[in-house]
Amino acid sequence: MSDPTNAAAPNPLIPIPRGPVPLAPPAAARCQIEITIDGRKLSVPEGTTLLEAARSIAIDTPTLCYLENLTPVNVCRVCVVELEGSRTLVPACSRKAEPGMSIQTDSERVRLSRKLVLEFLASSVDTSTAPALRSYMERYDAHPERFGASAATVAQPVKIDNELYVRDYGKCILCYKCVEACGEDAQNTFAIAVAGRGFAAGISTEFEIPLPESACVYCGNCIGVCPTGALMFKSEFDMRQAGSWDESRQTQTDTICPYCGVGCTLTVHQQDNQIVRVTSPLDQQVTDGHLCIKGRFGWQFVQITAPAGPPPASTPKDAA
Amino acid sequence: MGGGTSSYREIEETDLIILWGSNARDTHPIFFHHVLKGVHNGAKLYVVDPRRTASAQWADTWLGLDVGSDISLANAMAREIIVSGLANRQFIEHSTSGFGGYRACVEAYTLERAERETGVPAAVIRETAHSYATAKHAQICWTLGITEHHNAVDNVLALLNLALLTGHVGRYASGLNPLRGQNNVQGGGDMGAIPDRLPGFQHVENDELRAKFEKAWGVKIPPKRGMNLSAMFDAMERGDLTALYVLGENPADSEADRHRALKLLNGLDFLLVQDLFLTKTAELADVVLPAAAGWCESEGTVTNSERRVQRVRRAIDPPPGVRDDTEILYDLARRLGSDWGTPVSENIWNEVRSLSPMHGGMSYQRLEELDGIQWPCYDESHPGEMYLHSRLWAEPLVGPRAPFSVVEFEPPVDSLDEQFPLRLTTGRRLDSYNTGVQTGRYSSPLRRSESLDLSPEDGARYGVVEGERVRIRSRRGSVVAPVHYDTSLRPGLAFMTMHFPDEVATNDLTIDAVDPKSGTSEFKATAIRIEKHQEN
Amino acid sequence: MDLHLSAALPTEQERLAVDAALGIPSSGWTGGVRDIAVDGRTAASGHAARAERHLLLPALHAAHARAGWISPGALNYVSQRLDVPPAETYSVASFYGMFSMEPRPARVIHVCDDIACLTRGAGAICEQLENKLGPPGSAWLRSPCLGLCERAPAALFTEAGEHPREEALAPATADALCQIANSGVIPPGSPGNSVPQAGQPQLRLLQRIGKVNPQSLADYRAHGGYEALRKAVDMGPAAVIREVIASKLVGRGGAAFPAGKKWETLHNSRSNGRPHYLVCNADESEPGTFKDRVVMENDPFALIEAMTIAGFAIGAQRGFLYIRGEYPLATERLLHAIGEARAHGLLGAGTHFDIELRRGAGAYICGEETALFNSIEGYRGEPRNKPPYPTEAGLFGEPTVVNNVETLINVPGIVLEGGAAYAAIGTERSTGTKLFCLSGHIARPGVYEAAFGATLREVIDLAGGVSGSGRLQAVLLGGAAGGFVTPAELDIPLTFEGTRAAGASLGSAVVMLFDDTIDLRKILLRIAAFFRDESCGQCVPCRVGTVRQEELMHRLAGNHPLVSVTQEAAVLRDISQVMRDASICGLGHTASSAIESALKRWSIFQ
Repeated sequence: MSDPTNAAAPNPLIPIPRGPVPLAPPAAARCQIEITIDGRKLSVPEGTTLLEAARSIAIDTPTLCYLENLTPVNVCRVCVVELEGSRTLVPACSRKAEPGMSIQTDSERVRLSRKLVLEFLASSVDTSTAPALRSYMERYDAHPERFGASAATVAQPVKIDNELYVRDYGKCILCYKCVEACGEDAQNTFAIAVAGRGFAAGISTEFEIPLPESACVYCGNCIGVCPTGALMFKSEFDMRQAGSWDESRQTQTDTICPYCGVGCTLTVHQQDNQIVRVTSPLDQQVTDGHLCIKGRFGWQFVQITAPAGPPPASTPKDAA
Repeated sequence: MGGGTSSYREIEETDLIILWGSNARDTHPIFFHHVLKGVHNGAKLYVVDPRRTASAQWADTWLGLDVGSDISLANAMAREIIVSGLANRQFIEHSTSGFGGYRACVEAYTLERAERETGVPAAVIRETAHSYATAKHAQICWTLGITEHHNAVDNVLALLNLALLTGHVGRYASGLNPLRGQNNVQGGGDMGAIPDRLPGFQHVENDELRAKFEKAWGVKIPPKRGMNLSAMFDAMERGDLTALYVLGENPADSEADRHRALKLLNGLDFLLVQDLFLTKTAELADVVLPAAAGWCESEGTVTNSERRVQRVRRAIDPPPGVRDDTEILYDLARRLGSDWGTPVSENIWNEVRSLSPMHGGMSYQRLEELDGIQWPCYDESHPGEMYLHSRLWAEPLVGPRAPFSVVEFEPPVDSLDEQFPLRLTTGRRLDSYNTGVQTGRYSSPLRRSESLDLSPEDGARYGVVEGERVRIRSRRGSVVAPVHYDTSLRPGLAFMTMHFPDEVATNDLTIDAVDPKSGTSEFKATAIRIEKHQEN
Repeated sequence: MDLHLSAALPTEQERLAVDAALGIPSSGWTGGVRDIAVDGRTAASGHAARAERHLLLPALHAAHARAGWISPGALNYVSQRLDVPPAETYSVASFYGMFSMEPRPARVIHVCDDIACLTRGAGAICEQLENKLGPPGSAWLRSPCLGLCERAPAALFTEAGEHPREEALAPATADALCQIANSGVIPPGSPGNSVPQAGQPQLRLLQRIGKVNPQSLADYRAHGGYEALRKAVDMGPAAVIREVIASKLVGRGGAAFPAGKKWETLHNSRSNGRPHYLVCNADESEPGTFKDRVVMENDPFALIEAMTIAGFAIGAQRGFLYIRGEYPLATERLLHAIGEARAHGLLGAGTHFDIELRRGAGAYICGEETALFNSIEGYRGEPRNKPPYPTEAGLFGEPTVVNNVETLINVPGIVLEGGAAYAAIGTERSTGTKLFCLSGHIARPGVYEAAFGATLREVIDLAGGVSGSGRLQAVLLGGAAGGFVTPAELDIPLTFEGTRAAGASLGSAVVMLFDDTIDLRKILLRIAAFFRDESCGQCVPCRVGTVRQEELMHRLAGNHPLVSVTQEAAVLRDISQVMRDASICGLGHTASSAIESALKRWSIFQ
């Protein structure tokens, strides 16, 4: 080996010339696959899910347990579609397109399954803070009351055991999203998991110990992914209790977290010039939509006045 | 240019990650998400840290070295890599300089010597060296465990040497990444808040570059480097520095050897503090200018640890009477006789772009569209650089060779002896930040007050129990804090934070032994003893 | 990983029991004694630690068998040993019906109140136990089918402690159970005759039962054992697979998939560098099914030999035998057989294949092949979505063949006689012989072997015909996931194609008879309750659907329908359809089958 020991070190005064533009290794080529959705032929890259394929041609498929930044668990089954030749319906969120597949997204069978899934959920959980689920119910003409007034529910007392989170499992549809966000898909803390089995299954810490005794690190990523408001920031919960929560008066602004140097995008939700909630965009490459306790909750220091009280007596100008 | 060489996404796709002096799990939690994605994708994780931290608990191998023995470990790894024939000869030959001297230096660092100096078993060092050298792609990431030492720059160079030895730099998924402790430490440096640099890391002593700025600004720029923070304190001590303008820093709490810092700040002729809060430092000030919160009450950019320039935006209005930093600076300029007009963040940014080639292509519009851009980004057709130093792999080599540096192990300045037998090291907790000015204002269920964390073995040895308040004495001062048992510590090693200076001024203990090259104090290594404490 | 454990500590006994299952901890960081000279300087965890997660269920079994419940201290210790977060450990432990997460007496009687036992007096036993021992939940529990239907009514005795005991009690009486619950002393009983055909010359799968000593490898060999393995090795994997394909053997687990095809897929991918696994599904939990248990208890080497041949053919180095937790005797016999085989160089060191036995812990769903993988891997026994299929991504994500016990024990015969000779038995599309589980109101309950093609009537006749009142009301064919047929349908040929054509299902070959004294409504309610209990809860259609189905059945049985019976029938149709169409796995798909089949055939609720 030659020994360029004597070569001069770079002179700090002189800027270093540019090298070639660095590139990521090219992704493996994905071949195109021809499929048919609702009679329309389309071509999608190999590995595309049926949900993505349907969305690519503006077919709106309902989802509850699916989120772009989580691994599909396909448990809610509200996204099922009819695949020609398949004995059962298939979940659009996780089923990958295969050559020649023919899909119906709005057949009788599909509509019936979606309707029943929504009826099952709405007859067993409190959907009052789940607007998406409620809009699907309208769309699929769901009538949960047809199971009778004594249908079993998951109603239970709200859990408030810390200053940051509220857990109202009476609103939980067991979509597993919070478990995924607490677990391998993001935070890897695994403070919560699904415990028990069947209808009695629920999201739980070990032996149902309160959060402050658990492994929870209050990243709030579970709340960030909850589709029904079963998990809620205490700040939002308190405002809702006080009747002052009003999303029509809120704005959202993306900025960067003031703490460490990772550079997480924070979406600051403000109402009446008070920060009421902090989230992160799902498609953000630094965070993938996930934050830590400081980014999620550490904003109180700019909030000198008391949290927002009841709405002002006057009607906001844009509320008409 | 100084910055992490790789992108976070490369951490997810690498084969081996060494976290060296970094507890990213607690201090850079979202970066650690990327590490964990890498781990779940199969990457091996090595953590070098005196404590078996939360990060270390995820590691395939934890190397629990003695505080400040990093160079011995790195040099021994290098020697092992060389003698095992695992050095990347082609890369060394093509792209580096100074290998001969380096090889001669590390020759003395046998595994046995390193085991003696670091405490880490030789077999573990050997295995780590082999894994790092033979990994297809590998990343070394570090934080303050490397840099808060009297020989911080040498520590960093020791790690750089390993990457040069193995070719683990300048390629996709291989690199060297300092994780920045503050949201705009990187950006501050980028903008020239370094004693010898102008924006874009352009050297102030390069006449041609300086002339460019002088022309744009219509003023003469002193053709010599300025002072870093530690040098400023020395200058205050000498009486050379008598007025200080502090923006968003709290040195009265955060400086090592706090007694000295307080004394010097008190002795200034004039102290101006611009901050969100009336901090300890602000309390000493002659004038305090209340400033808006940069991250949510003003517009601008910051740069993160992967060199990504990102937009910050005004989400809420600052309280009445509180003004944006740029407004204050513009007003000061006006009072000093130079009218810069009205501050508009995009205009300021465009001025940066016009003077700093590495920011040239980063228009606000592109920053918006691309979710931030990694520097360097020379023009509006440039994508920004995912990783740095691709030039080292270019055929032929572009630019100068990357130099190996000869660095030798030196133990921490504050040595242990019979009087001060315990090694105190400092760090952060997950839910708190620095001196707690910001994080002290939200209610965290995780928060517990300051404590002296000790191994249970030391608790027994010194006859102190969990929760007992003890006096902790160093050669510079003493504080009182309760004992907390922590099994992540071995006997002889103690831990404290600096999150609660009002309760326990940890920096009364620390030493201001400063790295002459970076100006950083050796916060990580203090010699202490424990004394029984009688409450009055 | 950065585990957060509560302050609860295991008892010394729990610690020793877990160590007995997992070995001594490797360092202070994983629960051993802290040796600061080493533990203060280095620790290995990471991938190697996480790769041990598959030991979670065995470790939980060990802790439970010692203490009678999973205590917070034991849970912490198991979590620390295996680097599994405690919430995950709790999540897994609380999934299984046999584990108690609350303190419970050391001695517990699990009383089967499932359909076969209901026809034989289980209801009365439960009533008496309730009077004498108090409500279920502590000293005694109600249990789903224990797989002892030929000896109904049945119970299972478990005793935690230093020398934990588990023993089947069947047929059981309330008095005997109370005595055992109080004293722990089990009076010697006769094992009964589970194979009334034993000794008959035409038997193939049951040929050795009653003749061979199930605890003797030498005796097994004396009865022709291990001849097939020798021949298979001589033939080589490709030839073995050719014969299995030629035999047209299809899986006996319910899906009737050609076994040779699965084997061939793995054989063809043997050079892909990935490990291949064989899994024997012995999680026989379908109510009314007990054939696999009888074979495993009485001829365990036959299964071990068959697995060895299969492992050889598909190129697997490791086989897992997953047996349901309620089968203590079969477990003991198989463990013994595996040990003997290893000691004689037929398995393990020196060979290319070994078998690990894993016990379930009370979860019907784990009979679903992908749920079974999750259970072995140390996760909740929740089914995975398919595709990918097991042959592509099965156990530990690797190519896997799953075969049921009965499927496998056909293999030695195929190897010895050739596929063509095997295919000549039975019908064109259902080749070979079949084991049937006869229970309920049948004269001689037990496991019967008959060539495919026999009609339901012939099989009932084999077992001596209807007992009870002697007047047959209904036959449940295929188990709770199967369907009912009427006495007018007894000429159905019991083949895969024949039952399908008749709108029934062969399922796990349950043939359960109900005489006319039985209130079918009660049977249907029990089936509805079974699915509600056994739904894993993962997908909405099954988790809620099984509850709504049971509620609706109760309304009908109690004669207070919402709106009208017709209206309820429409709602029930919707419930069944969404479960069939949109559930993840077979449990949901078939949770309404038996109920629907009954409502189609009888006007039960008019």
